[in-house]
Amino acid sequence: MSNIWDIIIVGGGPGGLSAAMYGARSKLRTLLIEKAKPGGQAASTQDMENYPGFAKGTTGPALMQAFADHATSFGAEIMRNEVVSIDAAQKIVYCKDGSQYQGHTIILSPGAIPRTLGVRGEQALRGKGVSYCATCDADFFTDLDIVVLGNGDAAIEESHYLTKFANSVTIVVIHDEGVLDAAPMLQERAFKNPKINFIWNSTIQEIKGDGIVEGVVLRNIKTNETTELETNGVFIYIGTIPLTDFVKGQVNLDSRGYIITDERMETSAEGVFAAGDARVTYLRQVVTAAADGAVAAVAAEKYIIEEEGFAESVLHESRPVAVAFWTPMIPKCIEIMPVIETAIAAYGTQAKLWKLDTYRNQRVAKRYGVVQQPTVLFFHQGEVVNRLGEDEITPAAIKGILDSIL
Amino acid sequence: MFEVHKDNFDQEVLQAPGLVVVDFWGPKCEKCLALMPDFERLAEQYGDKAKFCKLDTSGNRRLAIAQKVMGLPVIAFYKGGEKIAELGPSECTAQGIEAKILELI
Ligand SMILES: Cc1cc2nc3c(=O)[nH]c(=O)nc-3n(C[C@H](O)[C@H](O)[C@H](O)COP(=O)(O)OP(=O)(O)OC[C@H]3O[C@@H](n4cnc5c(N)ncnc54)[C@H](O)[C@@H]3O)c2cc1C
Repeated sequence: MSNIWDIIIVGGGPGGLSAAMYGARSKLRTLLIEKAKPGGQAASTQDMENYPGFAKGTTGPALMQAFADHATSFGAEIMRNEVVSIDAAQKIVYCKDGSQYQGHTIILSPGAIPRTLGVRGEQALRGKGVSYCATCDADFFTDLDIVVLGNGDAAIEESHYLTKFANSVTIVVIHDEGVLDAAPMLQERAFKNPKINFIWNSTIQEIKGDGIVEGVVLRNIKTNETTELETNGVFIYIGTIPLTDFVKGQVNLDSRGYIITDERMETSAEGVFAAGDARVTYLRQVVTAAADGAVAAVAAEKYIIEEEGFAESVLHESRPVAVAFWTPMIPKCIEIMPVIETAIAAYGTQAKLWKLDTYRNQRVAKRYGVVQQPTVLFFHQGEVVNRLGEDEITPAAIKGILDSIL
Repeated sequence: MFEVHKDNFDQEVLQAPGLVVVDFWGPKCEKCLALMPDFERLAEQYGDKAKFCKLDTSGNRRLAIAQKVMGLPVIAFYKGGEKIAELGPSECTAQGIEAKILELI
């Protein structure tokens, strides 16, 4: 058992690192697997002004270093490797180098990568003026003229950052004049920035250059007119795509590839949780990814305790076990419990009763198809051998079943 | 591992005999920092077959742009004073670099 981790986390962005911190602090054996350097997308931005508690702002890399240090300070292990597939039922992750790791639970936090535009010149000129990372490449554009495509938070925030280097930043926006998707505070700052210009109702149709970016072909989406604009660089911020190919078929994804979870961050696979940008969620930020990570780690801890308890007390028990699914919120349950208790107590040490509060542990109830409380399931050698529904629970019925097993 | 910069690039890269592999990186490029240990391992492994250099673009911007590098990370391969191959930001993985080295030596 000692080589089975309590929690295996895939991805070391803010979601994964937060989960690792919570997991390790709960004394769970926590392994985080990250294919690059911990920090994720958050480490790729300098301007980080909206993480609570940092009024004057911090930088993405600095905040992420603090997240990673925090997680390892409680004993989480961070390993560099790339997960290529998972077995959700067995809780095994398979890595690119052929190694594999097993956990009691898995938390997926693989995040997302920038969406590419898919136009001529984009691929060929990547690293030659086409960029998706201002922090990485801004230096090169000192005193040069650049174009930014996009108008969401990332596009507008990064444009602002780029004006610290570039001579001018021209933002190409698909919407009507004055309309940006970015937060109002970011919009206001961009409109006031003398180095920022806008081109409205337009998109980039082609990126031109011989070995290095020299210009872009813009297309006005209203008039279909094309114009050329000379530029030294193109930064593209048109959204992201989730890195979830490696879990396809193991957990349910939506049509765009985002992982579907419930409010406890549990995926369609029991004991497999997800956090952060790769999840179907309303807001994709550092603070929400971190919050998801906390929820996922606590839910994973609860899952481990419940599963261990159920396995030990019911599945690995040599005597017959009557599992009473009940909840104190239903009067009928409270009424019938003494009847069940007395009927089973009559068997002394030959049989055992295990009460399961379905409000606290919905998972086991769901697994065994228990939809009504009270219900009694009779387990022997790890298997369900009989069951009694709400109206069938009588001392005689219980006795009949236990006698037939014994 | 040679540290190359604007003053020695000519001599150490362009005029060097055989295959020269240059890691264009920058201190603010997280992806570059993540790649560095892999590059160092490859430098050790193939050090007798090619010359491995790293170039910090933050102090050598003009040199980088002259080499048509305007985004990081880039691993460039030189022979006889010419750039003969290059791996851009989306292709720079340990496996990708190793495959290219094996192809060129
Ligand atoms: C340019 C930019 C600026 C931003 N600015 C802000 C901001 O100012 N404030 C803010 O709150 N948010 C900002 N964000 C958003 C924020 O960065 C993300 O919401 C956050 O990083 C999501 O965290 P995550 O843990 O879900 O995923 P990510 O940060 O994407 O991390 C996922 C990690 O998983 C790793 N990984 C993926 N697949 C595998 C695999 N198969 N095996 C191993 N490892 C794997 C990746 O290498 C990555 O490190 C910005 C994003 C961008 C791109």
